[in-house]
Amino acid sequence: MIIELGHFALILALAMSCCLAVLPGFGVYLGRPALMRTGGSLAAGMFVFTLVSFVCLAQGFIGDDFSVAYVARNSNSALPVYYKISAVWGAHEGSFLLWCLVMSSWTLAVAMFSQQLTDDMRARVLTVLGSVSIGFYLFLIFTSNPFDRTLPFFPSEGADLNPLLQDFGLIVHPPLLYIGYVGLSVPFAFAIASLSSGQLDAAWARWSRPWTNVAWAFLTLGITLGSWWAYYELGWGGWWFWDAVENASFMPWLIATALVHSLAATEKRGVFRSWTVLLAIFAFSFSLLGAFLVRSGVLTSVHAFAVDPERGVFILWYLIIVIGGSLLLYGIRAGQMSVNVGFGWLSRESFILANNLILTVSAITVLLGTIYPLIYEWFSSGQKISVGPPYFNMVFVPLMLPLIALMALSSFSRWRRTATEVLFGKQPIRLLISGLVCLIFCLLTSTWNLWFQVVSLISIWLIVNLLADARYRQGGRGFAGFLKQTPSYYGMWLGHIGIAVSALGIVTTVVMSEELDLLMSPGDKTQIAGYDLRFEGVERVNGPNYSADRGIIAVSRQGRLIEMLYPEKRLYSASQSVMTEADISVSFWRDVYVALGEPIGNQAWSVRVHVKPLVRWIWLGGILIAIGGFTTILDKRYRRLKMARQLQSRAETSVQASLA
Amino acid sequence: MKFGMMKTHRRNQLLLIVVLIVGAGATLALVMQALTENINLFYSPAQVVAGEAPTSQRIRAGGMVVVGSIQRAADSLQVSFLVGDLQSAQFPVLYDGILPDLFREGQGVIAGGSLDESGVLIADEILAKHDENYMPPEVAQIMASQQEKTPP
Repeated sequence: MIIELGHFALILALAMSCCLAVLPGFGVYLGRPALMRTGGSLAAGMFVFTLVSFVCLAQGFIGDDFSVAYVARNSNSALPVYYKISAVWGAHEGSFLLWCLVMSSWTLAVAMFSQQLTDDMRARVLTVLGSVSIGFYLFLIFTSNPFDRTLPFFPSEGADLNPLLQDFGLIVHPPLLYIGYVGLSVPFAFAIASLSSGQLDAAWARWSRPWTNVAWAFLTLGITLGSWWAYYELGWGGWWFWDAVENASFMPWLIATALVHSLAATEKRGVFRSWTVLLAIFAFSFSLLGAFLVRSGVLTSVHAFAVDPERGVFILWYLIIVIGGSLLLYGIRAGQMSVNVGFGWLSRESFILANNLILTVSAITVLLGTIYPLIYEWFSSGQKISVGPPYFNMVFVPLMLPLIALMALSSFSRWRRTATEVLFGKQPIRLLISGLVCLIFCLLTSTWNLWFQVVSLISIWLIVNLLADARYRQGGRGFAGFLKQTPSYYGMWLGHIGIAVSALGIVTTVVMSEELDLLMSPGDKTQIAGYDLRFEGVERVNGPNYSADRGIIAVSRQGRLIEMLYPEKRLYSASQSVMTEADISVSFWRDVYVALGEPIGNQAWSVRVHVKPLVRWIWLGGILIAIGGFTTILDKRYRRLKMARQLQSRAETSVQASLA
Repeated sequence: MKFGMMKTHRRNQLLLIVVLIVGAGATLALVMQALTENINLFYSPAQVVAGEAPTSQRIRAGGMVVVGSIQRAADSLQVSFLVGDLQSAQFPVLYDGILPDLFREGQGVIAGGSLDESGVLIADEILAKHDENYMPPEVAQIMASQQEKTPP
């Protein structure tokens, strides 16, 4: 019954989205404010019904209702209750319901927090969001319904959630990622609304900025968490695989990063207007493309959703309609956006332009590598290929180095034009300081790798520049000026520091990691990167829904015990699937990572050991970037704007009242 | 004066366009070069047995792990097994390392590496499916095409 209620609520949410796509827009067409204002309540209705639907499905999981096909495939009565809840989004159908829930939440948030918009603009934005939602709901209900029953013969026990997904990572990673993915629909909606209204002033940049920054920060967090999860859960010690699905989240991130910067230039200086609109369209298009790549099964990937060609065709058509339609509109209207705002070669505008250029090219190269197997197969009539990580490293790293270098220089750039002296005057001394720090680093670790030297030099140079900028802000001494900056500045500062921290983490991990696969019997010792590991043996342990062999490994350094590690090899009873659960000795400076392979006779096991210096920095950087993104929306500017608008509208109504 | 400014403006624009074109061209060349160097062609067991796969470059080949073919060395992590299709084509794979969790006899697998002179695939990567209901599309396609051919 509850399941049918959920299904019914979902259909009502679809009906709401249809109304939302029609009524406010119709109100704009007829010029009827009452009709335009229906958007808010319709968005609320859409959200409430989707939430009801989601809660009903969750109830199906908690109550072990295995007559529901989706529950039977992805749950089990022995599953701990928190995994039962996260299993709601553990596979295709439920995760798309989560996607729709996130979409309706964003729509509601826009409806609630957009008082500064005119009724006309608000109605247009909500119309676009409603139209986008229709496609999502149709897809969910007709191709991926999580509420399908398998009556009258249903299994008495569920097949269990994929063991890889029985983890804290699954609880938080998909929701955060989806908030980011779907959040990009908001700047998209603003862009389309502005294009359709012909109001192509810089105001839309001011409206979209906080929304874009928040969506982008969530996307950053989602990707960071995904990387961390893959690192400890897949048992390989890798943190990025250039897998098709990772790329699917990374491409929208690259474009959204460009958008975040370009929006700043458009808001502050009115430049790049049509380009920014185009980026907003592409950011959302890339997140839809990501959904297509992940859910259609056209590419080989470690993230395997059960594949159904019908779904791929649906998303492909949806993609063509959304991207094609918005580009058509763009083509018709973009001509009206040309503005003549000049800027010098050494201005912040130029730096942002270069940033946009590099990020867009990076996104395109990632896209090319990701879909090249499809293109190749098409042109060679069926020959299958895969594109290896070397391609991505070879293309991506050379693009990122100039990006970080420009970031370092741009710390001192000003709008319109920057004096050469301000920009380059103190660079020799800063470069020298960075070089010295880098040299000390190399000497301490006795690493003489060229990649390491180049990347760490540039990253340290970026940090030195940011610190120097903080020090001398507004001519102040001793960071006094730094404390008086706006949240926008702190956000930028933190985000750029985060990039440097991540880059240092990446290059150090890649260059200095040591890895060992070996056979160990109880009592065996091995040494890696200055650490002594002793294999004490394996014991049997039982979890709630699995049994495991648990290895006992003592990690010590110079005779002093650091930590006991207990990596596990689990056998999940319901699905009879085996899973490696690595154990990690975590610290700020290095990780010691141990995973069990297989038993190889006579109590001996194959064991994988990694020592990964600074690997935590990769995710620490990602978190700093996200915090930076969230910080920017604290800027009073956006609230002031709202106040001004409210005052203005109050004045208008009083004028109208007095006229009447 | 105004005319002169226009000219500098135009010249700057021209310069920017030239820089953009050269940059885009260089990037494209680099990308295409990287792509052609780093693609791994995929071969089925039948193609490997027929000698269609090159021996000098890195390839990927996949099929089902033949039941009873997994052999381990006693004192190292070296493991060898046969990969076959639904008919009789089989080729040997040699791998030194830890196999993925879902690697099993009779299940789909993709091995990446290079073929040696005797037709053994020296693998540096083994991909097994990550999910019970999932088979690598390449392997699924080989199996599907053979099921069509063999009468039930």
